[in-house]
Amino acid sequence: MKLESKIPDGPLAEKWERHKFNIKLVNPANKRKYDVIVVGTGLAGASAAASLAELGYNVKSFCFQDSPRRAHSIAAQGGINAAKNYQNDGDSVFRLFYDTVKGGDYRSREANVHRLAQVSVNIIDQCVAQGVPFAREYGGLLDNRSFGGAQVSRTFYARGQTGQQLLLGAYSALSRQVANGKVKLYPRTEMLDLVTIDGKARGIITRNLVTGQIESHSAHAVLLCTGGYGNVFFLSTNAMGSNVTAAWRAHKKGAHFANPCYVQIHPTCIPVSGDYQSKLTLMSESLRNDGRVWVPKKIEDAEKIRKGEMKPESIKEEDRDYYLERKYPSFGNLVPRDVASRNAKYVCDEGRGVAPTGLAVFLDFRDAIKRDGEDLIRAKYGNLFQMYEKITDDNPYETPMKIYPAIHYTMGGLWVDYNLMTSVPGLYALGEANFSDHGANRLGASALMQGLADGYFVVPYTIGDYIATLPTDKVPTDHPAFKEAEANVKANIDKLLSINGDKTVDDFHKELGKIMWDYCGMSRNAEGLKIAKEKVQKLRKEFWSNVKVLGGSEELNITLEKACRVSDFIELGELMIDDALMREESCGGHFREEYQTDEGEAKRDDDNFSFVAAWKYVGEEAQEELIKEDLIFENVKLTQRSYK
Amino acid sequence: MKLTLKVWRQSKPDKVENGKLISGGGKMETYQVSDVSKDMSFLEMLDVLNEDLLRSGKEPIVFDHDCREGICGMCSMYINGQPHGPQQGTTTCQLHMRSFKDGDTIYIEPWRAKAFPVIKDLMVDRSAFDRIMQAGGYVSVNTGVTVDANEIPIAKSTADKAFDAATCIGCGACVAACKNASAMLFVSAKVSQLSMLPQGKTERKTRVENMVAQMDAEGFGACTNTGACSAECPKGISMEYIARMNREYYGAKLTSNNV
Ligand SMILES: Cc1cc2nc3c(=O)[nH]c(=O)nc-3n(C[C@H](O)[C@H](O)[C@H](O)COP(=O)(O)OP(=O)(O)OC[C@H]3O[C@@H](n4cnc5c(N)ncnc54)[C@H](O)[C@@H]3O)c2cc1C
Ligand code: FES
Repeated sequence: MKLESKIPDGPLAEKWERHKFNIKLVNPANKRKYDVIVVGTGLAGASAAASLAELGYNVKSFCFQDSPRRAHSIAAQGGINAAKNYQNDGDSVFRLFYDTVKGGDYRSREANVHRLAQVSVNIIDQCVAQGVPFAREYGGLLDNRSFGGAQVSRTFYARGQTGQQLLLGAYSALSRQVANGKVKLYPRTEMLDLVTIDGKARGIITRNLVTGQIESHSAHAVLLCTGGYGNVFFLSTNAMGSNVTAAWRAHKKGAHFANPCYVQIHPTCIPVSGDYQSKLTLMSESLRNDGRVWVPKKIEDAEKIRKGEMKPESIKEEDRDYYLERKYPSFGNLVPRDVASRNAKYVCDEGRGVAPTGLAVFLDFRDAIKRDGEDLIRAKYGNLFQMYEKITDDNPYETPMKIYPAIHYTMGGLWVDYNLMTSVPGLYALGEANFSDHGANRLGASALMQGLADGYFVVPYTIGDYIATLPTDKVPTDHPAFKEAEANVKANIDKLLSINGDKTVDDFHKELGKIMWDYCGMSRNAEGLKIAKEKVQKLRKEFWSNVKVLGGSEELNITLEKACRVSDFIELGELMIDDALMREESCGGHFREEYQTDEGEAKRDDDNFSFVAAWKYVGEEAQEELIKEDLIFENVKLTQRSYK
Repeated sequence: MKLTLKVWRQSKPDKVENGKLISGGGKMETYQVSDVSKDMSFLEMLDVLNEDLLRSGKEPIVFDHDCREGICGMCSMYINGQPHGPQQGTTTCQLHMRSFKDGDTIYIEPWRAKAFPVIKDLMVDRSAFDRIMQAGGYVSVNTGVTVDANEIPIAKSTADKAFDAATCIGCGACVAACKNASAMLFVSAKVSQLSMLPQGKTERKTRVENMVAQMDAEGFGACTNTGACSAECPKGISMEYIARMNREYYGAKLTSNNV
C-alpha cells in the first residue's frame, strides 16, 4: 500500500497558492447544509471550529473540560513564531521554513513546513484583530524575542502566558459563533469512538462525563484536534487530562499513526520530588539565556549535596563542571532541547546529579546577577522565579535552581496528507494530534503557530475539497454503524467495571510511565526496547484482569474516565516501542545509543530512514503494519546538526 | 504531617428551578491523612487520599483540575473558607502543603453560588461564564479579514493594562469570595480588555450592555464594592476594572437604544 501525501506540484513557494486555486469549493449557500464535528477546543480545535462556522458550516465542538477555554493550549508560556521580519534582522518565510526543517532533523515534509511558514504571518494579524494583547515596544509596535536558540527575533509573546492569550482569542471567536447559532458546544464530553460508513468518517460516539450517557453524533466530516500523547509517560508537562483516546480509537478504525516514537523532552523542568508527584512543571526555555547549567565535578560533592550536607553555593569554581559550555563551546547553554536533555541524563547517570533523588542539575543565575544586577534579572524572569519558589520553596536569587528533563511534546501523531486528512476519508487531524510539521524535533514557539495555522488557515480551505464531493443528506444516527459502535463502547466500559481487581488505574499508569521513561525515553537501545515491549504486553494483560474501577457507567465516574484513557496509553506505548525499535538511526528526539557519532551526537541514516513511518492497525494484539512515506528534499540540503 | 480533612461530599447535583437553587444535599465527611510531605501540592495530597479511598472500595472525591499550573482555571474549592486557600495570588493546584502544619484540620468545600450549581462533591457548573462570554466577549472579526498587525500601533502602557485584565483565568474565585456572589470582576476584566484596545472599541457599547444583561440573567448578585473578589483573585485582577466597566456601562446606557 502506498500513502498519497497529495503534495501539489510546482515550485515550493507557489504550491499552497496553486493548491488553493485548484481545490474544489463548496457553494456558500450549500455550506449550511453540511455538518462538521470538531473534537478539541485547544488552539487547533477552537480556531478551526470558529473559522468553519464563519464560513457557514454547522459545527459541533467537543472537549472534556468544563469549558472550551481550559484546553491544554492555555498553559503554553513562551511564545509563537511568525516570519514577519518586523525586527528587520533578516528573517523571511524561507528562513523560518529552513530552520523548522533543520530543527526537525530533516524528518518532515518540505511542502507542509513551507506552508506553515507562509501562513504564520496571517496568524499574528488575526490574533491582534481579536484583541490578543501581545507584548509591545514603547513605540506601540509589536515586540519580539529570540527563542529556543533561533538566530532571529521572530517570537511574539504575551508575557509568560502566550498560550493563554492566543487560546482566549480563539475561544472568543468560537463564543461568537455559538451566539450566532453556528456552533453547538459539548463540554465535559469525551469522544470514545469514530464511526465510519463505507470507509468514510461519518460521526463519533461520546460519553457525557456528567451523566455517563453514551451518545452518537453524525456529520459530513470529523476533525480531531485532541492534542498530544505525552501523558503515556505518566509524568509530563501536559495537563492531567491530556490523552490519546480520540486519536487512538480513530487509529483502530483505520487512521494510520505516524512516527509515534518522536517525543520531545524539555530540559528545564522542576525535578520530581516524591512518589506522589502528579505532573511536572516546565520552567521556560528562556532561562537558559542567562542561567548556567552545572553539576559538581566530584561524585563526593554531589553526594553531600544530595544528603543536604553541603550547599551548592559553597562549591568552588574549579570544582564545578559547566558541562554544556565545556562540550559545546559555541552554543554552550543554548544547545537544542534534545542535546541539553541528554547531557543532563549523562551526568546524573555518572552519579553527579543533585537533589535527593540524584536526578537534577543546577541552573545557576549567580553570574548573571553579578553581571546585570538582581533588578534586571527580576525584570526578565521574576514570574518564573516566583513560580519556582512556590513549588520548591527555594529562592533562585540565592541558590541555583534545580532542573531535570521531562516529557513535553509529541511530534508523532495521526498521519495526514497535505490537506490534513488522515488515511480515513473525511477524518482530519490538526494541531499536536497530527504528525505533520515538526519532523523528529519541534522548535520552541512552533506548536502554537502550527495549531493556529491548521485551524485558521489550512483546514477551512482544504475541507471544501472533500465536502464538495458529498451529497448534503444527513446520516441518521440510527444507522447500524452507529449502533454497533455504541454497543462496542458500552461493552468496553462494562468490561472495565466488571474486573474489580486489586490495582488502581494510577498504579498501572505509573508503571507504564516508568517502562516508557526507562526504555523509550531520552535514549533508547534495541535490547532495552525489546525488554520494554515484553513488559508493556504483560502490563496490558494484567490491566485487563486486575484493574480496580469502582462505580457505574451511567454516572459521573472519574476513575472510569481515567481507566479508558490508560487502556489506550498502554496500547500506544507498545506501538511507540515498535517504532523506536524499527528506526535504526538517531534523529531529533529519537536517540538510539547504537547510532551516534564519535562525539556522542545523534547520527542520522538518510539513505535508509528518510521516511515517515505510518503504522496501520491490523487487529487486536497483531503486529501493526509499517507503511513508509518517503521524504523528498528539493529545497534544503541535508546536513548533520553540529553545536560544537 | 498528619492532617484531618473535612470534605463536602454530595452525590446528587443541585438544580435550578424558577431561578432558585435547589440543593442536591450533601454533608461534610471526615478523613485522616498521614505521611503528608510539605513538598506535595494540595491536589497531590487529595490524590493520595483518593487512591487510599479507592483501595478500600470507597468512591474518590470528585474535584475539577487539569493544568495544575495555575492557568487553566479548572481547580476550584474553598479551603478553610477561602477560595483557593490561604496563600495570596495562588490557585488551589499551586498551593503546597508547607502552608499547613502537622495536626491541622482543613475544611474543603465547593464554590457556593446560585449561578454555580454543584455537580458532585467539589465540582460545580460554571457554564454561566461561557454564556456571558457568548453575549459579547469578543471582537467581531472573521478569520482572514484583517489588516497587518502593526498597522495600528498601541501604546505600551495601554497594551500592558489590557493584558493585566486579560490574565483572568475564569476560575470563579471572585464569585465565590463575594457575599453577593457577584461576577463583576470577571465580566469587567473582559469588558476592560476589549474596550481599551482599538480593535475592540467599535462594539464597546453593545458589548458591555449585553454582557451585563447576561450576567444578571444568570443570577449573579449585585456588586457592593467590598473588594473581596480582587483580594481572593489568584491573578490579582484589580478592582479598578469594575470602576471602568461601570463607566462603560453608564456611558453606553446614556447613548444607546439597545437592550
Ligand atoms: C507547559 C507547556 C508550555 C508550552 N509552551 C509552548 C510555547 O511557548 N510555544 C509553543 O509553540 N508551544 C508550546 N507548548 C506546546 C503547545 O502548547 C501545544 O502543543 C499546543 O497547545 C497543542 O494544541 P492543540 O490545539 O493541538 O491541543 P490541546 O490544546 O492539547 O487541546 C486538546 C483538546 O482536545 C480535547 N480532547 C482531547 N481528547 C478528547 C476526547 N477524547 N474527547 C473530547 N475532547 C478531547 C481537550 O478537551 C482539548 O480541548 C507548550 C506545552 C506545554 C505543556
Ligand atoms: S488546575 Fe489549572 S488552574 Fe488549577
